[in-house]
Amino acid sequence: MTIKNTSIKQKTYSQSTILKDFLSDLPYATFLGINITLKDNLLTSLLPYSPKLVGNPALPAIHGGVTASFLEISAVLELYWASISKNHQKGFNGLSKITQMDEFSHNQIPKTIDFTVDYLRPGLPKDAYARAEIKRAGRRYASVYVEAWQNDKKKLYAQASGHFLMPHTNE
Amino acid sequence: MAKISIKDKSEIATQFMQVIPFSAELSMSLDFIENGNAIISMPYDKRFIGDPHTGVIHGGAVSSLLDTCGGAAVMSHPSVPAITSTLDFRIDYMRSATPNQRITAKAECYHVTRSVAFVRATAFDEDESRPVATATGAFTVESKRNLK
Repeated sequence: MTIKNTSIKQKTYSQSTILKDFLSDLPYATFLGINITLKDNLLTSLLPYSPKLVGNPALPAIHGGVTASFLEISAVLELYWASISKNHQKGFNGLSKITQMDEFSHNQIPKTIDFTVDYLRPGLPKDAYARAEIKRAGRRYASVYVEAWQNDKKKLYAQASGHFLMPHTNE
Repeated sequence: MAKISIKDKSEIATQFMQVIPFSAELSMSLDFIENGNAIISMPYDKRFIGDPHTGVIHGGAVSSLLDTCGGAAVMSHPSVPAITSTLDFRIDYMRSATPNQRITAKAECYHVTRSVAFVRATAFDEDESRPVATATGAFTVESKRNLK
């Protein structure tokens, strides 16, 4: 793959590609079917509905563990994406940016320390979306808040917050 | 509604395990269930890897196991009608689960009010002396009135 220039459009595309590569390298995220969209600098994670994700067949409702996994992966994606954006600001050109990110994704995934999920509504048998916000990112620890919705963005079906151990950077 | 015996409820829980699509997908097996205590385990599976470079299972899969086990513990509690759902769940990750080892969750429903059941749970791999993760959760208790 060659990245020729650094126009804004291509930058966005490459960021999205890096994120998708990061996801496709995570078997568990692939298994769940998680995808992402990047629009106006906002990262949204998508969990397409699949019958295998059901936890309560009587309703039916998405398994609480699926929701927890989805939100946790969304939080990690946000941390990863923030690190990409940060490196962008440092002024890497297209190609070295990719190399830099590859290294990051392969060796330095943020590790979850703890994660708390509030289940606000039953997860309907429909697609779910999540958006994460980094509340604090220190050198070693980060605190991230995530919210998730289905039909209506204003009606969250779950929210979560967690702490993450940040990967070591080259110092 | 007729009072459900503990034995019947354990049977319900066992069947429930088999008909939960996501739990079946993770090949979870109910190893023990009685009086608010449950043990559920799942085999190592490459599909659930969270770190491709070490082969370690994703924390979310462990969380799913703990959540399911917590729900089963609640359902088996003598003062809870059979159905429950998770209100909140907190998981603390102590260490990475060793690849290729079975993961086992043990959950205890230690207190039940008319509306809420409180649970603590621990996950281990084959080394039972060092937990992989611990969790605490609150689950709904459906009022008996609503079940009529």
